[in-house]
Amino acid sequence: MIKSFSMENNFVKITVTDRLGKEHNLDAPTDMNMNLMELCKSYELPVEGTCGGMAMCASCQVYIESNHVSLKRSEDEQAMLDEAWNVQENSRLGCQIKLTPQINGLKVKLAPEIAADEDW
Amino acid sequence: MIKTDIIIIGAGPVGLFTVFEAGLLKLRCHLIDSLPIPGGQCAEIYPKKPIYDIPGYPSILAGDLVDNLMTQIKPFKPSFTLGETATNIERNDEGKFIVTTKQGTKHEAPVVAIAGGLGVFIPRKPPIFNIKEFENKGVAYIVKDPEIYRNKNIVISGGGDSALDWALFFANNFSRKVTLIHRSQSFRAHLDSVQQAMNMAEKGKINLILDAEVIGLDGNNKLEKINVKNKSQEEIAIDADYWLPLFGLTPKLGPIANWGLEIEKNAIVVNNATDYSTNIDGVYAIGDVNTYPGKLKLILCGFHEATIMVQAAFKKIHPNKNNVLKYTTVSGVNGFD
Repeated sequence: MIKSFSMENNFVKITVTDRLGKEHNLDAPTDMNMNLMELCKSYELPVEGTCGGMAMCASCQVYIESNHVSLKRSEDEQAMLDEAWNVQENSRLGCQIKLTPQINGLKVKLAPEIAADEDW
Repeated sequence: MIKTDIIIIGAGPVGLFTVFEAGLLKLRCHLIDSLPIPGGQCAEIYPKKPIYDIPGYPSILAGDLVDNLMTQIKPFKPSFTLGETATNIERNDEGKFIVTTKQGTKHEAPVVAIAGGLGVFIPRKPPIFNIKEFENKGVAYIVKDPEIYRNKNIVISGGGDSALDWALFFANNFSRKVTLIHRSQSFRAHLDSVQQAMNMAEKGKINLILDAEVIGLDGNNKLEKINVKNKSQEEIAIDADYWLPLFGLTPKLGPIANWGLEIEKNAIVVNNATDYSTNIDGVYAIGDVNTYPGKLKLILCGFHEATIMVQAAFKKIHPNKNNVLKYTTVSGVNGFD
């Protein structure tokens, strides 16, 4: 039997709580090779993603608030989080979370922004 | 005063390639960058990462791309002001721009091209409530003059190359006592440096405290002690004349945000229908620092923008000279003497 193609089949729902506590319900495409950091940027949420997704800046740190994503971090991700701040047990880098059907219903909260020494 | 045809602010890949395209039009360039080396993000954040969308290169390491660009622009003899942030811009009586760095270096040119990427790379700051109180009184985010640390108690935090390299430097050279604190057991720094630090720790030349972080600072008008908490939540106080939290750099748009340029979403608005000009006549913005409808922050798009921009710069610098697009295949690359 030929299955009819439906775009809806290629989306999952993700809830992101921003730094002001507001919840955003996002439709996340699973067929675009995207990650959570990129999804947040596509919705113009305040996620910097400075390094572009290489686990090298921690500006996309999120706290996982549901049970959908394994808290296991990659080696590079762990090394970056070892140098980041406001890191909690449920911290992950958004850029290292792929948008897949398995994360439907995921809830995350954005970590505080990185402070910098603005004495140019 | 450094005088040139185009002052390029930002020595990342797009700024560097601007030198080539300008050189083909016989325009000289001077680059200013807050980082001490050319290459921008490619050099600072990901020199060892491959890039796959540079036309003609199926894969090239970011650091190699920078090296190649430096070779490509060599015939046009660019000059550099590195390790200095451009902080101020003004026009002189002749209508030329004077760009001044924080250190006071002045540059003069009829055209300014801002290729500032994500902005100025500045140190990340640990979220410790009273850290500001001790800035320049024991707390420093970058090592400007190593000499001031001679025979002092130094504590360094971080697990990257900068933290390890300075810990080794001070321990090897002139510090009375160096403590290195890192939140984990593993380091992001080069294996070689990590091994050296471990060896120094065994010899007692570096006091290595792992699985711990600095949580507080104490002192009377200057830093005297830092408070460290380990994984078991135990707190200890360590005597310290200096604390260097070396947690890498993060980019911020920086002083150019106050230059009167039209800014939208942390980027400079340009006219992409013509020449990437900004709202200030004679100032252009190219690469990741600009924005326009449909903007893509890609190195290859920045190269295109640079090429278009220098044609406009030529007309501005030489309003009475005719020019025609030349092909390098035909005319070659005729550098400056």
